[in-house]
Amino acid sequence: MNNLSIILKREYLTRVKKRSFIILTFLGPILFAALMIAPSLLMIKSEKMESKKAIAVLDETSWFEGKFENTDVNTFVYYDENENIDSLKKLVFEGIYDAVLYIPMTSLNIPVNAKLYSNKQIPMTLSSHIRNSMKQEVEHQKLLASGIDPKIVKSVQTNINVATIRMDSENEEKTSYAELEYIIGLLLAAVIYFVIFIFSSQVMRGVIEEKTNRIIEVIISSVKPFELMMGKILGIAMVGLTQFALWVVLTLAIYFVASGIILGPEILSPSGTVMTEQIEQLTEMSKSQDVMLEAVNMIQSINFSAILWSFLIYFIFGFLLFAAVFAAIGSMVDNETDSQQFSTVVALPLMISIICAPTLVNNPDSSLGLWLSMIPFTSPVAMMIRIPFGVPYLQVGISLSILIITFVGITWIAAKIYRTGILMYGKKPSWKEIWKWLRY
Amino acid sequence: MSNLIEIKNVSKTYGNYKALDNISINVPRQSIYGLLGPNGAGKTTLIRMLNQITAPDEGSIIFNGETLNRSHITQIGYLPEERGLYKSMKVGEQAIYLAQLKGVSQKDAEKRLKSWFNKFDILNWWDRKVEELSKGMQQKIQFIVTVIHNPQLLIFDEPFSGFDPINVNLLKKEILELRDKGATIIFSTHNMASVEELCDNIMLINKGKKILEGSVYQIKQDNKENKFEVVLRNSEIQEFRNSGGCVLPEGFSIISADDKDVNSETTLVISADKEINPNVLINYLSEKGTIISYRELLPSMNDIFINKVNS
Repeated sequence: MNNLSIILKREYLTRVKKRSFIILTFLGPILFAALMIAPSLLMIKSEKMESKKAIAVLDETSWFEGKFENTDVNTFVYYDENENIDSLKKLVFEGIYDAVLYIPMTSLNIPVNAKLYSNKQIPMTLSSHIRNSMKQEVEHQKLLASGIDPKIVKSVQTNINVATIRMDSENEEKTSYAELEYIIGLLLAAVIYFVIFIFSSQVMRGVIEEKTNRIIEVIISSVKPFELMMGKILGIAMVGLTQFALWVVLTLAIYFVASGIILGPEILSPSGTVMTEQIEQLTEMSKSQDVMLEAVNMIQSINFSAILWSFLIYFIFGFLLFAAVFAAIGSMVDNETDSQQFSTVVALPLMISIICAPTLVNNPDSSLGLWLSMIPFTSPVAMMIRIPFGVPYLQVGISLSILIITFVGITWIAAKIYRTGILMYGKKPSWKEIWKWLRY
Repeated sequence: MSNLIEIKNVSKTYGNYKALDNISINVPRQSIYGLLGPNGAGKTTLIRMLNQITAPDEGSIIFNGETLNRSHITQIGYLPEERGLYKSMKVGEQAIYLAQLKGVSQKDAEKRLKSWFNKFDILNWWDRKVEELSKGMQQKIQFIVTVIHNPQLLIFDEPFSGFDPINVNLLKKEILELRDKGATIIFSTHNMASVEELCDNIMLINKGKKILEGSVYQIKQDNKENKFEVVLRNSEIQEFRNSGGCVLPEGFSIISADDKDVNSETTLVISADKEINPNVLINYLSEKGTIISYRELLPSMNDIFINKVNS
């Protein structure tokens, strides 16, 4: 075994065996799976959880008698317009009604205001049900007053569906679903930002640890500083990839098992993604075949393998680039507090790309998007935003080449700083001194 | 080839600061070589060059007849002054790791380490974390991993700092044993007593320049001031001094006389001119009284060190 692999092995094993790694490995997927399951769970359970409500209606305008449709949970009881509102309110406190809907007489002819009294929080579904019913009725009456048959209006209402189709080549056409791509892009950007940052700052902490432990001199009397630096960086990269792989596997496993138990088997579709599931529910609710087909198309339109591969490649090289810089920073300082001045400067491009993320998802092919995906310090985040929308291969190729060349160059510079920095104790070097180290 | 290490005209400059200025030394095989000098003299720079952590700007270093190169790394064991271990790693695991970096296979490393741990009676530390051990315990482990790959050259930078007297003795014993088994040892220290005790040869450097080099015996001879200490029976010398005969032969003079205790002995410190044979003094004094002891006063390494550095 050569030195690099001995170092890599140690860096990898000591981290993987750490309690924090194991906890995070298991906690992460539980959290992810919960995030995936929770919305569907809530959707299904909310109706069951909602208690039945009785609502007293005092309508002084007499417009809405019998116009509020009783549902599974809401029952409307209409009172005479001469009834006193205060006595109805008392009934709420006595527990006879859950709420009182009061539609006061207005000086105008059209009632547009209503008050819903309750001693508990009113569910949103109830208030929106009331609002919609009133709106419908008022519009209906207005149409009648203008001499227009509401039936005609209903018959002319048309739903327009614009399918956006991107032509990747003359024979290949794809329907694009901006909303879904928008979500996936933002999610990927956030994830790659965090993993690059978390794991590359681990490299820095490792270097600082070796310096403060004073073990560094023993080790570099056996191996070249470059071997130690690269062993550390690659070992931590492996830790990151291991954690990533475990997360994916465990998340899917937990998701399948948990959704099987909680949601019942009928929810599970073979593809098993959260999208299909939520859309299936959507389908169920709207009872429309079209939506179902649309959902399947939507899922299929996303090139998951391309996303996964590009995520891996951009994570690896983005991590390597930042890890090299963080290794250099770690070598320059004696403790983590001192490192902040430098690491803020380095993290800035990553943050800029995160700040630009909303702009990028709205217009992924803008020149801003192009530039950010070419600059190596921003390209991992920028590209992850753009890739769900589809990026020309040439751009990906150039962006990756720039990233890799920069990584090699930065590693070379970082190694020079590292070599000198690890043996310096006591004071934080100035930028001028660092420049001097580069030329030793 | 009698020298394991030959350093030839080595210089190193950091910016405007000359850390080493044209240093040349030879380290004979199977000897203990002391690098002495005040803080910042350039000792660590020289040691780091031998470990190939830094390279000389000028000059060359010959190891075992060859120009020093990466293949010699496994032939060198280094215990730096600034030393430590990974705190949260287990002792045994860590020792194996460090041995592997010196080219020992995992199996061999484990076998050799166990026998060393046994020797130092610390086998029960094997599975403990380093952070649970005291500083002295950690230093024992550091010593073991320094020598685990049976290197030809051992470099100890201030090896005794932080050790208690019992462990200092243990360490000295081990160092001498390693030399007797064939290792060449370079060690850097401020502890002059240990230099006299252990070193065959030394070099004194100050501000990057060599100011003294040679065997400990020769250096003492070169720096002696021709002083002698004679102890005489008190009653007799009293007579000798009272008779006004406190005059020594030509070329000798008394520097101090200690005769506080009338009933026992008087200690005289006498300086002599360079060319004079000290036997003249013995002959003269032996006629005056009974000589209990006689010895030449040689300067301690400590005196030589302070003298040379100050001048």
